[in-house]
Amino acid sequence: MIAEHLPALQVVVPLICAPVIVLVRHRGAAWAVATLASWAALAMAIALAVKVSQSGTLSYAIGSWPPPWGIEYRVDALNAFVLVLVSLIGSIVMPYAKVSVAAELPQEQEYLFYALYCLCLSGLLGIAITGDLFNLFVFLEISSLSTYVLIALGRRRQALTAAYQYLVMGTIGATFYVIGIGLLYLMTGTLNMADMAQRLAQVTETRPLIAALAFITVGIGLKLALFPLHQWLPNAYAFAPSVVTAFLAATATKVSVYALIRFNFTVFGGTPLLGEVPFHELLMVVSIAAIVTMSLVALYQDDLKRMLAYSSVAQIGYITLGVSLANPSGLTAAIAHLFNHGITKGALFLLVGTLALRCGDTRLSQLSGIASRMPLTAFGVVLSGLSLIGIPGTAGFITKWYLVRACLENGSWWLAALVVATALIAVGYVWRFVETAYLKAPGPQAPRAGETPPWMLVPAWLLVAACIYFGLETSFNVGYVVEAAKLLLAQGGG
Amino acid sequence: MSFASHYAYGVTIFLMVAGLYILIASGNLVKKLIGLGIFQTSVYLLYIAPGKLIGGTAPILAPEFTVYSNPLPHVLILTAIVVGVATLALGLAIVVRIREAYDTIEEDEILAADMAEDAGQRS
Repeated sequence: MIAEHLPALQVVVPLICAPVIVLVRHRGAAWAVATLASWAALAMAIALAVKVSQSGTLSYAIGSWPPPWGIEYRVDALNAFVLVLVSLIGSIVMPYAKVSVAAELPQEQEYLFYALYCLCLSGLLGIAITGDLFNLFVFLEISSLSTYVLIALGRRRQALTAAYQYLVMGTIGATFYVIGIGLLYLMTGTLNMADMAQRLAQVTETRPLIAALAFITVGIGLKLALFPLHQWLPNAYAFAPSVVTAFLAATATKVSVYALIRFNFTVFGGTPLLGEVPFHELLMVVSIAAIVTMSLVALYQDDLKRMLAYSSVAQIGYITLGVSLANPSGLTAAIAHLFNHGITKGALFLLVGTLALRCGDTRLSQLSGIASRMPLTAFGVVLSGLSLIGIPGTAGFITKWYLVRACLENGSWWLAALVVATALIAVGYVWRFVETAYLKAPGPQAPRAGETPPWMLVPAWLLVAACIYFGLETSFNVGYVVEAAKLLLAQGGG
Repeated sequence: MSFASHYAYGVTIFLMVAGLYILIASGNLVKKLIGLGIFQTSVYLLYIAPGKLIGGTAPILAPEFTVYSNPLPHVLILTAIVVGVATLALGLAIVVRIREAYDTIEEDEILAADMAEDAGQRS
């Protein structure tokens, strides 16, 4: 009975928890409800993923209105994978939040933080699970609006301007997206993704479709921080509370990338449109620009949070590069990197959050010799840094491997060389942390920090361990993904 | 291709571009939000105008009517209006907080204050 309604419950459970938390108003209870909601979401996501791998794509009609008239939740291998990622990060971040939020936010605002987190989680899960284009917009706005507030909760006043900037950029992005689906709706008269894909194939007048594709790509591009549209991201990540940065970096941009993939393959895949305009070529140029320039910018940042934020934009470049190659290996690399980069960046931001808590500062110039004071934290940063670079034996290596293979299959060896060369820049910025933390003696003004409290260290290390585990045991982050990639390419007509 | 059935697109495009222009050209945070509001409003028109058939009525079955307007765009835009209101309210709330923290809502003065703070930290 309940199993039947899992797709709806996946979104509804965290959504209901948000008002419950606001009514309860007790910060301990708020934390407990938010944590349980995340764990429940993870359990449901895993159940859905197992079900999808056994019996294929699931379709759930909201309110029993059959698609394409009603709203359809459609779970296939791709979005089951994204659901697991989002709820997994949520489940790990929440135990960490207890201490971190208490340290960074005023006590009377804590319960509101947890309510907003629940809203954000349900919005992100909703984007991933829905099969309806307008419903996707609604969830996009649910997650975005709560994200703006979460960022504005940061302690320094720059958090407010960062939130404002993101609000303006994010709303332009979402509105562009609505313009895009408005044009598609005018041409086809449907909002259901699967139905739209069929009807688009019969549309002969392609000019409105090209306009729609452009609006949707730029709109989602703003949300996922595609290279020239990434301006909001570094400030937002640098000034948001540590928990928020870790959660958003690991999930929000990844879910938007999922939406981009969904549009490229499921919705527009069956049309000759992507062949008519140099869409993949353009995406490739933008991705390469993102990887090269943002890695270089990251190299010269003093603030560790900001360095990782720029590195995130570069890593998103690797994902979109995989999408733009549009061959099985490239797509596998792209989807697997959603997960691998999600856990890697999540681990790094959680550990940097513990540094912020103990030292009150995340600038490298203030962290000399920190490894002798906080050995476990520093070692965690190094291990997940290795995964960020893509050293064999870590999750990051898996995606670099598939990405290089995809480049070679595409016949562009120079692209493969570029992927390897840019990994060396990542070595550069990870090395800067190693140099500061291990090789420099703690200065006289260095913080007398002790090791992080276990409530924060254990969740962070769980993600570090996951970076290693998923680098060695790849049945989920590759085995499952290969199926998803096959499915997408079949929808895209090869 | 009559004028009456297409001029709405002209209005839509004008509002869209005007909103974006205010957003980019104005340095005042409240004026920026006004621009954002106008920009979002253009989308409402983009959806609703094509849903209206000239001579069509509300979609209630009655023997004397055969031509109906499409109700779905209205429903979609009701949702979008709610989202727009929420965004505007949140944006204004953040501007109030920015004004409390910086004592100004002019973008260039805020930037200058941030730069001065950064310089103060380094030295």
